[in-house]
Amino acid sequence: MATAANQAESGLPETPEAIVVRFAGDSGDGMQLTGGQFTLSTALAGNDLATFPDFPAEIRAPQGTLFGVSAFQINFGSRSINTAGDAPDVLVAMNPAALKVNLAALKPGGLIIADTGAFTKRNLDKAHYEANPLEDGSLAKFDVLAFDISEKTIEAVKPFGLGNKDALRSKNMWTLGLALWMFDRPREPIHDWLKAKFKSKTDIADANIAALDAGHAYGETAELAGPVKQLTMPPVQSEPGLYRTITGAEAVSLGLVAGAQLAELPMFFGGYPITPASAILHHLARLKEFGVTTFQAEDEIAAICAAIGASYAGQLGVTSSSGPGIALKTEAIGLGIMTELPLVIVNSQRGGPSTGLPTKTEQSDLYQAVYGRNGDAPMPVIAARSPSDAFEVAIEACRIATQYMTPVMLLTDGYIANAAEPWKVPDPDTFEPFPASFLEEPNDGDNFLPYKRDEKGARPWVKPGTPGLMHRIGGIEKHELTGNIDYSPDNHQRMTDARKNKVEGIIVPDQDVALGETTGKLAVVGWGSTYGPIHQAVRRSIAKGCSVSHIHVRHIWPMPKNLGELLKGFEHILVPEMNTGQFKTVLRDQFLVDAQPLTKTSGQPFQIAELEAEIAKFFDGIDGNEGGQVAANDQQLPSTEGGAK
Amino acid sequence: MNEMTKIETTLKDWETDQEVRWCPGCGDYAILKAVQRTLPQIGADPKNTVFISGIGCSSRFPYYVESYGFHTIHGRAPAFATGAKLANPELDVWLVTGDGDGLSIGGNHLMHVLRRNVNMQIMLFNNEIYGLTKGQASPTSREGTKSPSTPIGSYDHPARPAAFALGSGARFIGRGFDVSKNLPDVLKAAHAHKGAAFIEIFQNCIVYNKDVFNDFAAPKGAEDRQLWLEDGKPMLFAKDTKGIALNREKLCLEVVDLTDGDWESAGVIVHDVTNRSVAHMLIEMPFGEFPMALGVLYDDPRPTFEDAVIQERKMASEGKEANLAKLLGKGQTWTVSGTAQDPV
Repeated sequence: MATAANQAESGLPETPEAIVVRFAGDSGDGMQLTGGQFTLSTALAGNDLATFPDFPAEIRAPQGTLFGVSAFQINFGSRSINTAGDAPDVLVAMNPAALKVNLAALKPGGLIIADTGAFTKRNLDKAHYEANPLEDGSLAKFDVLAFDISEKTIEAVKPFGLGNKDALRSKNMWTLGLALWMFDRPREPIHDWLKAKFKSKTDIADANIAALDAGHAYGETAELAGPVKQLTMPPVQSEPGLYRTITGAEAVSLGLVAGAQLAELPMFFGGYPITPASAILHHLARLKEFGVTTFQAEDEIAAICAAIGASYAGQLGVTSSSGPGIALKTEAIGLGIMTELPLVIVNSQRGGPSTGLPTKTEQSDLYQAVYGRNGDAPMPVIAARSPSDAFEVAIEACRIATQYMTPVMLLTDGYIANAAEPWKVPDPDTFEPFPASFLEEPNDGDNFLPYKRDEKGARPWVKPGTPGLMHRIGGIEKHELTGNIDYSPDNHQRMTDARKNKVEGIIVPDQDVALGETTGKLAVVGWGSTYGPIHQAVRRSIAKGCSVSHIHVRHIWPMPKNLGELLKGFEHILVPEMNTGQFKTVLRDQFLVDAQPLTKTSGQPFQIAELEAEIAKFFDGIDGNEGGQVAANDQQLPSTEGGAK
Repeated sequence: MNEMTKIETTLKDWETDQEVRWCPGCGDYAILKAVQRTLPQIGADPKNTVFISGIGCSSRFPYYVESYGFHTIHGRAPAFATGAKLANPELDVWLVTGDGDGLSIGGNHLMHVLRRNVNMQIMLFNNEIYGLTKGQASPTSREGTKSPSTPIGSYDHPARPAAFALGSGARFIGRGFDVSKNLPDVLKAAHAHKGAAFIEIFQNCIVYNKDVFNDFAAPKGAEDRQLWLEDGKPMLFAKDTKGIALNREKLCLEVVDLTDGDWESAGVIVHDVTNRSVAHMLIEMPFGEFPMALGVLYDDPRPTFEDAVIQERKMASEGKEANLAKLLGKGQTWTVSGTAQDPV
């Protein structure tokens, strides 16, 4: 064992509340698989967890290069976990490039597990290392456990007669085995998974199982003195019930299926491959027995147009994409708004503009969602805050779309789409149904008026095929009742108002405070996937004695009616976002409040510590607080009566 | 078309109360009448009939037919129609598009609806010009077309709608022109074809491209310039004094003169609507040297997209229960009871 064990700093805590582990390797090393399986075993052990897969846009980037590094981070613990963790406690580096890219994130005193077999001259060159960092003392402030995982894997799978190249494919399983031992996780679920995955190739399954067991045994029997000890982490205290892990993409898919069932409609999903949204198309394509039709269209435009066509014919039309694809769909969204047909548009946001950062997360499509159309084209927008939350939000999107006859945009992001967390499986019997209704008789005496609105401002939904209700709709401005072409000035004014009033009148739940008091010095207002880091940062700040609250907004448009009043109960408003301050602008515009931006556009989620430091700046004289004084907002801006509009 | 119950209607039943807003004398009027004349003849049911269009003069069409209608956005009608058809395959869908809508901005969608073979009738009104935007050259405009956007004449090579359709995998290709008395017959044949039926309809834009088709469509001398194709019949024109034969040396078509109407010895081809190679040659026949090929050029059905989708859904659902509770709790789960946790 070529360790450079060094106990200079803390090392791993004896009984940690939570541990952050990052598996990093080459794109072809199977790190996402390793992370996924470690996640499963952690969930089965009853720990709360959050994950953060971080992989390159290239499918198989050249081996050993810095840009080909793929990583998977998991934060798990015996208390509630909301984020994938700031700095890893443990970094598994399968090659020099993985070490180089991820080292900066590692906690001082953290543990590095490295495969010396991959620290060859060639790989060191590719990672631009002049000397082997495992040997030159540059890792002195960490604990290093370095040994030849490659060799040990080859040895472990020798009985199966695999060539070196094939044998090395099991390296990730060997490493996973060691990780399972380190955190006292059961191996059986992984055995089962491997057997199922390689059902028709039992020798491959057996080789992988052998590698896994060997890694586990290595931890158990080798004298891993120094840095590595087995840690036992008690299960988290969670609400009783049935649990599973779920990613955001899965949750959106299941939520859409549930939403369609609650609306009592078949679902039509039009999609086009795009990262990171494709997973929703893949999930739904396997759920045909739930009355789901999936259609892989020729482009993003056709995907949404086909979905609108299906809604027109009486199904629940759904489409999904990411920013660049949403841009292409924009004209069709306008038609959906104009013809007032139900439609759910899922935007799994990624770094932009243009192609941007396909596999990295960002929240920079908020303006696009709320404002990004020609004409006055109001559309409801709602945002999921976590992978499991996406389930409820997808149902809510279906409800609004069908009840109000409108397109709805559901915002998630690359982080939510790919990350996994434990999810208490809900009981469908507890869901409130919202059956869609179709008009089958004239709605105005003997006349049929396709645009006569109900008390919610919604027009009737009429399926082609309904006798006696033939009518024409389209994107041209139409008469407020008959729907016939009508460009007259008064009519356009009234129709513009009617579309605006309908969306503004959508009933959304009152805004609650996620953490802290309903009034105070500082409100940290977030939306979407910043929920976890904001929540933890606010929790820690409250513990330090700060008067700070966390408000997390799901309904971006229209906003909860009480939000304006709620915000006015705080001296300061801080809006952390993974963009340049888009929600901040909307809040300022809607409520004339002095919302301050805290922005980040690095393609990486916020860290708890950086938010905590920003919060601290608002508080002075509180113990352990390094922040400075922030001037109170004496100059009150004019108040807006009536709240959210 | 679908196997539908035939409904008795008259032309009047298919007229809406909407004022038609095309220019007086526009070829679109004649096409509208031809369609309204055809619908009763095929026993179409207004409640199941849907006209779907994009943007342009032709795309106003749905407003004038008393059925269901959807005037969508520029070029995308095939995608809307595909979604509607997959949601309800019983609908009898007519797609209305033009040379700009269908071949410029919407060329991609037109290609894919044809290759997928979604069961519908696709009428492309070809007037070789952008009408509604006031007369710019279109993708089918002939070289040298002077227009506001091409003041000294266009220089791009025109697209050929029927050739595009065939290349995209269309299994039915018909051709007609606005004022032709035969247009309803072409429409009927298109409707009888199960699958995507493409009909190129030459249409006279009397304001921006007046009489551009007169070389073959003008009544005077029409018999010499129009070849109306009929399945199983020899390809004859000019009052049966001329025919189309295959030049076996050059492997191309040629015009042959008949003596005493003896087409067989002149080698005139008998039209077989299922012959794709001949269809290709008919579509590509240069007008002038040859007459304009009209009628049903190609008709060879194959399974439709929506049938395949329905079949796939059926197979994928077989023996599976649509149980939401089970779906939500799928995969590896664990239960929490009090504080102890057990993997399931």
